[in-house]
Amino acid sequence: MKNNKIFYFIVILIVAIFIVLLLGLKEEKNYSLQPETKKLNNSILLKELYSGKNIFLNDLLLENEINLINIWASWCSPCKAEHPYLINLNERFGINLIGINYKDNLDNSKKFLSDLGNPYDEVLVDSDGTKSIELGAIGVPETYLINNENKIIKKFVGPLDQDDYEDIISLIKK
Amino acid sequence: MINQIGAYSLYICLFASVYLIFKSYISLKNFDKKFYQTFFATLSVQLFMTILSFFTLVFAFVFSDFSNITVFNNSHTLKPLFYKISGTWGNHEGSLLLWLLVLTFFLFIFFVTSKKMNVRYRILTILFQEIIILGFLLFILFTSNPFLNILPIPDEGLGLNPILQDPALAIHPPLLYVGYVGTSIIFSASLAALITKTVDNVWASHIKNWILISWIFLSVGILLGSIWAYYELGWGGFWFWDPVENVSLMPWFCLTALLHSIIVLKNRNVFHSWTVILSITTFSLSMSGTFLVRSGILNSIHTFANDPSRGVFILTFLLFLVLLAVFIFFFNQKNFPDTYQRSFLVSRETSILINNWFMMFFLSVVLVGTAYPIFLEVINDAKISVGPPFYHKLIVPFLIPFLFFMALGPNIKWIKDKIIKLNISQIIFLILSFVISFFIVFNTNTNYLFSTLLFTFSFYLFFNVINSFQKKNSNLSQKVSHLGFSIFMLSILFNGILSKENSANMKVGDEINFLNKKLIFENVKVESDSNFKKLVGEFKLNDNGKIIHFKPEIRVYSHPETITSEADISSTLFSDNFLVFSLIKNDGFFNVRYQHKPLMIWIWISVLLMSLGGVFSFFKLNEK
Repeated sequence: MKNNKIFYFIVILIVAIFIVLLLGLKEEKNYSLQPETKKLNNSILLKELYSGKNIFLNDLLLENEINLINIWASWCSPCKAEHPYLINLNERFGINLIGINYKDNLDNSKKFLSDLGNPYDEVLVDSDGTKSIELGAIGVPETYLINNENKIIKKFVGPLDQDDYEDIISLIKK
Repeated sequence: MINQIGAYSLYICLFASVYLIFKSYISLKNFDKKFYQTFFATLSVQLFMTILSFFTLVFAFVFSDFSNITVFNNSHTLKPLFYKISGTWGNHEGSLLLWLLVLTFFLFIFFVTSKKMNVRYRILTILFQEIIILGFLLFILFTSNPFLNILPIPDEGLGLNPILQDPALAIHPPLLYVGYVGTSIIFSASLAALITKTVDNVWASHIKNWILISWIFLSVGILLGSIWAYYELGWGGFWFWDPVENVSLMPWFCLTALLHSIIVLKNRNVFHSWTVILSITTFSLSMSGTFLVRSGILNSIHTFANDPSRGVFILTFLLFLVLLAVFIFFFNQKNFPDTYQRSFLVSRETSILINNWFMMFFLSVVLVGTAYPIFLEVINDAKISVGPPFYHKLIVPFLIPFLFFMALGPNIKWIKDKIIKLNISQIIFLILSFVISFFIVFNTNTNYLFSTLLFTFSFYLFFNVINSFQKKNSNLSQKVSHLGFSIFMLSILFNGILSKENSANMKVGDEINFLNKKLIFENVKVESDSNFKKLVGEFKLNDNGKIIHFKPEIRVYSHPETITSEADISSTLFSDNFLVFSLIKNDGFFNVRYQHKPLMIWIWISVLLMSLGGVFSFFKLNEK
């Protein structure tokens, strides 16, 4: 009798998992690289890395310009690989670059920036990762190109490479 | 023409499979003395046809036959021969064909090497294995046929993603597949043994070889994937907790647990149902891995071509197999032999059980981290990301007791032993380990809470294993594997706390100083290879008088057009020096990233040592 219950339980569990995975497949796209039609949520409030002040993400975006948001962490090796591109985008092309430090230890993230250079105009700390997820991130690193209407016009998932870098430059120059 | 040969041999395979399922079902009821010849003949035909269709595809790749759509999509005439061949399994369709080849090959080997076993058991194993083969054949023929024609025949192919053109990656999938597919034999055989009431120590010593084969190949396969990530991705890491990496790690944990529990079944004739549960789970995890990777349900840096209809097929097939296994398990539970054996708390059995608990815990962590985001997204429409911090926080603290039990376990006797034999040498080892660890952690200014303890118990395991090499009673393979694991832990720990790096923008002639080292960018050259052009940088590093030359490359592939950075890594037994440069500005500046990674090579060596332990056990070097 006891075994029967376990048996039914396991069968139901397996079928439930099956249904969830099936629905997962049916989802249009698990992750969309499409540009967003809505404006950025204007209530994203985060602490600044060095000063600890609370700042609204929207207040950091420059008007009438293209802005770049980069989500990164010191424990993320691919972030190191894309770092040179960010430095050059900021230093050479003067793009306004906002870093969101994702689920990280503050000392490690400061060390990361002092070792490898700081490409960011401002770094905000998203210690529990919720705000990055609200922005639509599924991991680190991710980079978002924001237009002058505060809409995400392009998402780069994973480390930026040469192609992405040239892509961004051509979009800035337009 | 070639396409027809390949496709028709797959259809013959399909008929053989249906025939074998039918025949084995009949033979179970009316046992026929000539069964051996019939089965042998049909299995041989099936194996031959799979080999034929596989080599047809290899042939099409080698001779760049672009009338075949798989070749057209994944190859190019300018590709070197080696990568033309490895291109065969570097894509979805071809990799499934390889999977099928290993399936039929293993079943054939199983059939000819199991003559001493019960006849019904052998027939049932063939029945279950043929169901799996049939499923894969239908999957290949109807959703992923590698032999489709393309008309008009194109002159040139689209090429293979350059990042996949790497020797480690060329042999990584075949090894991983041998590991995965080996678990299918374990699955079929455990179900067959359950039905025929032969889950006992005889069966255990028979199936242990299959567990060992799967485990060895899976370990080496994962290792090669990791080596590829380290050398090719140029990120300087070797494990990223990426979902695609995790799906290969999950069956590994399960298989490692099984490898230990089968020893108990073999020696003590207990843990019957647990062993069968582990066998079923291991294969289900291998299949789920295929599903997760191939269906595109995961968000991962490893992007494979995906197609939802394939996902639905694998998922349905997986559901069928798992439910079949669950039904068989529950309706045959009375078949487990009633061989109650008294065991005491302090015994080898307990220590192996502890190993199994830890393995199940590690497995659960990785499973939750990999699958939970999918579930949450479907149920709640929320997106979350699980990254390395999650795995580190949950796994690292538990490694401490794990290492401790691993150090003591093998010294404990079967059935009953005295409360942990803390003799003088054990205490000395523990104190010595602690002192060394404290000294190391203190000198490197790491403030991680667990560092000292992790170091202590890794050293403790290391000393214990070294010490056990003097004793004659314990077995060689276990000692070698455990030694491998302790070196693995130590090299990861040293690597973690002693790695250094530096990044700078440089142009030819520049010179920078950091960490008592001097790096000079001497020259950059443009060279051509058969299918790419490359910029070769020449760097000289002066590390306290020791000179190292680096020649990292930036490659520009033409088919498809891609730019990749190839790191130059100089490996010694003590450390790796890693240098990668990337194109950044048009005015002659390059970004140069240097990393110093101590004991890197020992991570690879230690995993090979672990696998070598498995090889020793397979060739019965313990029982001399």
